[in-house]
Amino acid sequence: MSAVKHYLDLRGEVCPFTFVKTKLKLEEIGAGEILEVILDHEPAVEDVPRSVKSEGHEVLRVEMIGEKLWRVVIKKCLE
Amino acid sequence: MFSEFSEEQIRRYARQIIMPEIGGGGQKKLLEAKILVIGAGGLGSPAIQFLAAAGVGKLGIADGDNVEISNLQRQTIHAGNLGMNKAESARVFVEKLNPDVEVEVHPFHINAENVRDVVKKYDIILDCTDNFVSRFLINDACVIEGKPFVHSAVLKFYGEIMSIVPKETACYRCVFRHAPPPGSVPSCQEAGVLGVTTGLFGTLQAAEAIKLILNIGETLTNKMLTVDLLTMEFDIVKLRRNENCPICSGRIREIIPEKYVERCQL
Repeated sequence: MSAVKHYLDLRGEVCPFTFVKTKLKLEEIGAGEILEVILDHEPAVEDVPRSVKSEGHEVLRVEMIGEKLWRVVIKKCLE
Repeated sequence: MFSEFSEEQIRRYARQIIMPEIGGGGQKKLLEAKILVIGAGGLGSPAIQFLAAAGVGKLGIADGDNVEISNLQRQTIHAGNLGMNKAESARVFVEKLNPDVEVEVHPFHINAENVRDVVKKYDIILDCTDNFVSRFLINDACVIEGKPFVHSAVLKFYGEIMSIVPKETACYRCVFRHAPPPGSVPSCQEAGVLGVTTGLFGTLQAAEAIKLILNIGETLTNKMLTVDLLTMEFDIVKLRRNENCPICSGRIREIIPEKYVERCQL
């Protein structure tokens, strides 16, 4: 059984809006569901997972998927 | 991409949405909130400025006075608007700052005849007036209408602020039964006031209003914060509801216009 997946393409977006948009998306999806975020702004690759964790969500994976392209996989916490 | 916010709103409110205490849900509450600021003077100007900036969806602004040059030492939102009604002038400022905010101008003095009709239309009221008759009138009308409100008063380097949730926490009349005899307490016109004092307390009123809307943190209910900027003494005085308070006991349920003169005794 796999959880519902949501995608957020944040290519072209910079900090702090990368996290703001990730956070807003996490507020919209259901608890336990998965959000995949695509980033091309390097500082956000550290910033987004750290901020997401501080709000209690689980960061499942942070991986480089291309040149200057990253994927962050987040599981929304059960509130 | 996001159902609740435009791209511009995400950027405008990013620093609020980032905070765990606010988030997208809190920002939506602010955008749906209706706040009335009575008095667009020393206290009202900074309160209006920061409530509008924070994205409070509807701001009512009530003031019957016009902008004078002696106001500008503390009422900075009225820059360039000498002679204009203050509520209208405040609207000009808000519309420039944040188009998300709908402003309703009440370009007249709030009195015993009109207070309940105006207060009724809002969720939270800020008492930014400068006289005892208005303070008792706003207190009594807000308690009767069940509207949370924030009182503040300032003079020279000193100020006080308290928040009131009607029928739950001490009201202004629980603390002060009636106004002091006319002439016994000097006004800002006589004693003066620093722009920083009004700026600080008007800003604190906006902070209280935002917390009341978001239901976060601790508000100044059953408490009065007093600040003396000359000595930098900040004190919190604990307050209690008065069982015999004629207004919040429910004994008096109407505004009786002839009571709102001089000492406002009920």
